[in-house]
Amino acid sequence: MGGFAKLCFAALALGLSGAVAAVERIGDAESGAELWTQCKGCHQIGPDATNRIGPHLNGIFGRQAAAIDGFSYSKSMQRAGNDGLTWTLQTLDAYIHNPKALVSGTRMSFRGLKDDQQRADLLAFLRDFSDNPANIPEAAPTAIRDLPDLSDEILAIRGDPDYGEYLSSECTTCHQRDGSDQGIPSITLWPEEDFVLAMHAYKEKLRPHPVMQMMAGRLSNDEIAALAAYFGALSDEE
Amino acid sequence: MKLNRRRFIGTASAATLAAPTVWGAGHGMPKVVVIGGGAGGATAARYLAKDSDGAIDVSLVEPSRSYYTCFFSNLYIGGFREIGSIAHSYGTLAADYGVNVVHDWAVGIDRDAKTVTLAGGAVLPYDRLILSPGIDFVDGAVPGWDISAQNKMPHAYKAGSQTELLKAQIEAMPEGGTFAMIAPPNPYRCPPGPYERVSMVAHLLKQINPTAKIIVADPKEKFSKQALFQEGWGKHYDGMIDWIGPDFGGGTVEVNPDEMTVSIDGEVTNVDVCNVIPAMKAGRICEIAGITDGNWAPVSGHTMQSRMDENIHVLGDATNQGDMPKSGFSANSQAKVAAMAVRGALTGAKVFPAKFTNTCWSLIDTDDGVKVGASYQATDEKIAKVDGFISQTGEDAALRKATFEESVGWYAGITADMFG
Repeated sequence: MGGFAKLCFAALALGLSGAVAAVERIGDAESGAELWTQCKGCHQIGPDATNRIGPHLNGIFGRQAAAIDGFSYSKSMQRAGNDGLTWTLQTLDAYIHNPKALVSGTRMSFRGLKDDQQRADLLAFLRDFSDNPANIPEAAPTAIRDLPDLSDEILAIRGDPDYGEYLSSECTTCHQRDGSDQGIPSITLWPEEDFVLAMHAYKEKLRPHPVMQMMAGRLSNDEIAALAAYFGALSDEE
Repeated sequence: MKLNRRRFIGTASAATLAAPTVWGAGHGMPKVVVIGGGAGGATAARYLAKDSDGAIDVSLVEPSRSYYTCFFSNLYIGGFREIGSIAHSYGTLAADYGVNVVHDWAVGIDRDAKTVTLAGGAVLPYDRLILSPGIDFVDGAVPGWDISAQNKMPHAYKAGSQTELLKAQIEAMPEGGTFAMIAPPNPYRCPPGPYERVSMVAHLLKQINPTAKIIVADPKEKFSKQALFQEGWGKHYDGMIDWIGPDFGGGTVEVNPDEMTVSIDGEVTNVDVCNVIPAMKAGRICEIAGITDGNWAPVSGHTMQSRMDENIHVLGDATNQGDMPKSGFSANSQAKVAAMAVRGALTGAKVFPAKFTNTCWSLIDTDDGVKVGASYQATDEKIAKVDGFISQTGEDAALRKATFEESVGWYAGITADMFG
């Protein structure tokens, strides 16, 4: 892990995300250019870039999600944009780390880049194609933060489905158990880990929706695991 | 089998006692009677039946066969919903969940004998009683108006025929006519409701009668989502809506349903439609049960049990519980806590700490939705607000549209959660 990233993560771990002012580089843009080969099958970047399978990535920093006219985004990405998801160093880092944890129904079929340094490098590369990225890389809004930095312990919690069933009654006022997806996304039969990551992303306000930030904000790790276990295993009988 | 045994016992006691059929609770399966089939009562009945897997005998007493939700009834007035789309039956609760749905009025409660008497004469015993009767109006709250004037000056604050009547009257207004609303004092059902209604009336009039005027006489200094509504009224219905707060006499009103006049601070105005929304109190059955203090029924937030009788739980608009607004969402949320507490008490099921949520969406104009919401927890004193949010003024059109679409999704979600 390079100096910048290490510094950022250390600062965040201590809850001192404002303390990154002295940082000079996001990562190594040259290494990032090599990693870009994984992206360029679908995305273009640079002077002649156009939308292909994915949207072009010029000027991505500071742009609202799903904001390029004429590109057909997934419903899920449009919803995230409407909810106020803006691409910053922090949100892009989370997205590249695990696209579906940030935007559940994204069409970007990319498993995610798990290596912290590689993401920092790739972001450094992308940043070179954003004309005037606000506050990069000095200030807090663009500081790298890992997608909810979940320890293996948290991910290993096995939820109590009985408790999950009780807690789920708070969810089903809006999210229908049968998986209907009209105005409000379905949460039925999500893989447990995706569910856990998504709830923690709301809890840490990485995902933008205010109702979900509020709902997830008061769920404990055990409660999130319980809900994940319950919704992950929900059958049609309910 | 169950029915046969009951019928046998029933016949025997009727013969010996020559009195209404009563068999003491405590025999066999525990009995829960739920009065009121709205967001609180229907949800409680469904969760009790669903989660107890047949271990609790659940009866739901509700006079209407078709239940019209108050939430989204304003959207019918605005032309965004058909009336049939906000009507729901109890068929699934009865057929799929085994709830004994009784279409009758509850007219008496004997707390010592633990029985409910229905208008039709039947007597239902209970181990636990859940009251979710909604609201009634305070007599004499608006001088000149009482419930007998509701056809001339509809309240439309219990959805259904009143809502249809109000809309028909608005559609029949003369060109350039006047619609008046007498808004209620706090606390009342659905805090943003009157103002969403004003928005929907304006939306309708803008299309069919654009020179018509809307007057709102309001006894409150402030109202729910005020900045959002007033921004929206200026944007969509400029000059059409005149909101008269208490500083300008909005709290000093008198109506005359025969003359169709409204007097605001002594100034008499002829109106074409007058929507009177009087001050409210808990549904009358709460008074009959003797569990009210003032206009409302005080409850514990941990279990929604009445502060006056631990065998009675009260839900929704009728309660005095603390910080939650009187809304369908709140009642639905409270119902789940009550159902859990009742199952815990009657069958020993696991009980978890009470949590509550509410969100109220309102529609201002086409694709212009806003929301306010909060989460709550139970303290010994009350249901206390934990955290909340509200839509902001100046939000872009895409977010407002998404908020409206979310409300449509919520409607489908909560009605499925209530009625199965």
